[in-house]
Amino acid sequence: MTPAVAGQPGASEVERVFRDAYGQAVATLARVFGDITLAEDAVSDAFLVATDRWPNDGTPPNPAGWIVTTARNRAIDSLRRSARGRELQQQIGVGEPTPADKPTEDGPVTDDQLRLIFTCCHPALRTEHQVALTLRLLGGLSVDEVARSFLVTEQTMAKRLVRAKYKIKAANIPYRVPGDAELPERLRSVLSVVYLIFNTGLDDPERAALRGDALRLARSLAELMPDEPEVAGLLGLMLLSESRVPARTVEGSLVLLRDQDRAKWDHTLIAEGHAIVRACLRRNQPGPFQLQAAIQAVHCDAGTFEDTDWPQIVALYDHLYRLMPTPVVALNRAIAVGEVEGPQAALEALDAIAADLDNYHLLHAARGTTLRQLGQIAAAQAAYERATGLATSAPDRRFLAEQINELTAIGANRGQTTHPPRV
Amino acid sequence: MGQYLLSTYRVEGDVPGAPGSPEEMQAFMGRVMALEAEMDESGTFAFGGALHGSDAATVVNSSDGNAVMTDGPFAESKEHIAGFYIINADDLDAALAWAGKVAEATQHPIEVRPFRATGRVADHMPDA
Repeated sequence: MTPAVAGQPGASEVERVFRDAYGQAVATLARVFGDITLAEDAVSDAFLVATDRWPNDGTPPNPAGWIVTTARNRAIDSLRRSARGRELQQQIGVGEPTPADKPTEDGPVTDDQLRLIFTCCHPALRTEHQVALTLRLLGGLSVDEVARSFLVTEQTMAKRLVRAKYKIKAANIPYRVPGDAELPERLRSVLSVVYLIFNTGLDDPERAALRGDALRLARSLAELMPDEPEVAGLLGLMLLSESRVPARTVEGSLVLLRDQDRAKWDHTLIAEGHAIVRACLRRNQPGPFQLQAAIQAVHCDAGTFEDTDWPQIVALYDHLYRLMPTPVVALNRAIAVGEVEGPQAALEALDAIAADLDNYHLLHAARGTTLRQLGQIAAAQAAYERATGLATSAPDRRFLAEQINELTAIGANRGQTTHPPRV
Repeated sequence: MGQYLLSTYRVEGDVPGAPGSPEEMQAFMGRVMALEAEMDESGTFAFGGALHGSDAATVVNSSDGNAVMTDGPFAESKEHIAGFYIINADDLDAALAWAGKVAEATQHPIEVRPFRATGRVADHMPDA
């Protein structure tokens, strides 16, 4: 949410604090009051007060603390106005409002954000609700921004968020970091949500801002859970994917790794990603995100496509497939196998999983590329056409259209050579 | 502490996971009884039972003070509630853990639904 006072001195300061502190403040207030909606409303009120006062009074020394204290006071005020609120206030034992300029014990507690993200990504909530809650409550996106990232109206998204928060409250989804026994599975759900947000931003140029939101979430998770190698793995994977974004599309059309201008890659992000992957290797507790990060690290390490250490990539995919035996992992492995053993081996590996991924455009795109390498032009064209029918993102569709045009041209040339030219 | 309804559904003409042989039936009963004993020991079990088929149901509606009856279940659906437990649980995670045990013992999907209020309406009225 961007407070609507752009141009005034201090407005950008409020905006910056908003991005940094929104999630922390909501998380802390949700712990104190045990109610996410009350926390959200109070934090929004506090930011409105900030946009009103900071331009004149100056930004307080501890802006995030100021927001939490002001929000807490607002929440206490609003609780006092209702009988139910007074009852709740007694139960949770929050007393008198604290003057905003006095120090308070309610400063942001990092555990609060962890609690909140585990609540938002609880497996009893459907994935789209997990994503929407995470973007809204932890990412600090406005309802309208979340709505745009889902390509739905603000009204639809507002209803969806209300439904999700209703379930959290009515079913009493606990507000805590899961214990050791449940942690691995619950953490997977949190990390998948963050990765899904990132990939949505990667697939659709219109929603590119989501990549930044996902990276912010991953960075704060990595700070909050420094001992979880998969959290580091996810951050490394996303940084390395992000590093190649400048070369990934040209004029709105997807460019394959093989054809990317590697000079356009962001080498600062690559260095950061590589450092994370090396730290994961030293830790030696591999998991799916760390292995995917390692695969990206090998790609980013190669000066040219031909220099890529493909046997190493196949070995990493083998390891990944043992941990995560899904058809999509098998698909990526098949493509890597093609680079080591040639297109015939790739085609056999792709055909073995074709039935499982018949509705996945990347299977047909990979078959198209492999068939083309084998000189089976008509079959390649049919595969690309099938992929076009299934692809949803504009860059993918443009790329596939270009492939079909090229193949049509090749087919036409062949046609001319097989039939004697008319005179 | 809250209460949750754990319910299982039967699809008309199809009883997935139903014990087929007497031995299977015995094993099924053994699993359910062991689970119910565990629920009792931990103070989890509040109430529960199995229902007769939806063909035995009657819907009663009130029209101008007259009871109007309709043969059959209320929901126009092929799935009907077959049995349920009402359990005491601290939060959804605790309720889901019990639901997992019930699903394993019965080999049926279990719906978990929180009670909004339990007991008599009068119990929830503000003090006069």
